[in-house]
Amino acid sequence: MNATSNRYQVSIEADPGLPIIRMTRDFDATPAQLMRAHTDPELFARWVGPNGMQTKILDWDATTGGRWRYVAGRDGEEYGFHGSFHEVGEDRIVQTFTFDGQPDGVALETLRFEDLGDGRTRLHAQSLVDSFEGRDQWLASGMETGVDEGYAKLDALIAELR
Amino acid sequence: MAVDQLSRVFAALADPTRRDMVARLAVGDATVGELADPYDVSVQAVSKHIKVLTDAGLVSQTKDAQRRPCHLEAEVFDLMTKWIERYRQQAQERYERLDTVLAEMRGEEQSTHHREQGAAS
Repeated sequence: MNATSNRYQVSIEADPGLPIIRMTRDFDATPAQLMRAHTDPELFARWVGPNGMQTKILDWDATTGGRWRYVAGRDGEEYGFHGSFHEVGEDRIVQTFTFDGQPDGVALETLRFEDLGDGRTRLHAQSLVDSFEGRDQWLASGMETGVDEGYAKLDALIAELR
Repeated sequence: MAVDQLSRVFAALADPTRRDMVARLAVGDATVGELADPYDVSVQAVSKHIKVLTDAGLVSQTKDAQRRPCHLEAEVFDLMTKWIERYRQQAQERYERLDTVLAEMRGEEQSTHHREQGAAS
């Protein structure tokens, strides 16, 4: 396998009928490894990003009923995020997500790790936002601040339109 | 594109009939009557859909006297596609960082495994 030419691509879908963003991405890892990379705070801080930002974990209890809080910073700018771990299961994490800049907004995120065998796992991530406006603001905030939380693409829809 | 316009675009496209109309307008301009033709709905109902699409900036109607054909504003689509692609790209970058972390985890697990094997032999 050629590592440079075989990057797995993120596939994103913004549901046209519900304020939901769905995403899938394959990884060369077992579900257990992927779970660890999502629940071990040191590992998580290394990849959650975005590029060029340092993530500092302030609070972290990745168990059912636990909570999390971190800040992403660059050049004195800091963006805070917090939420609760509603459920941390074998191959599933259900959590809430709030950007401190919009404290009234909350998304419900469900991550599922599907074992594809041969050491590969497919991540299914779904974010349910509380309104279409909320989802679209997230899309917009991704443009303005580089905070890459929430995912959206209308691949299927755009394809339908063309 | 402002956030509220993006919201209007998403909301406008949430309806399957309007998506269908947009798909037809992508082929070429059409009048409200022509758009109403394949549907079992009144011209008035189609006019309402067109108004939603117009308010979202997706469709414009020229002042061509009687016909007033509807025209798809393709650049609004291009903008939306760019926003979403930029977003997807950020997710992609994040998961490429995760790829790196996972590769290091595999490396650590292997060296631990070897050490254990070495100790056992």
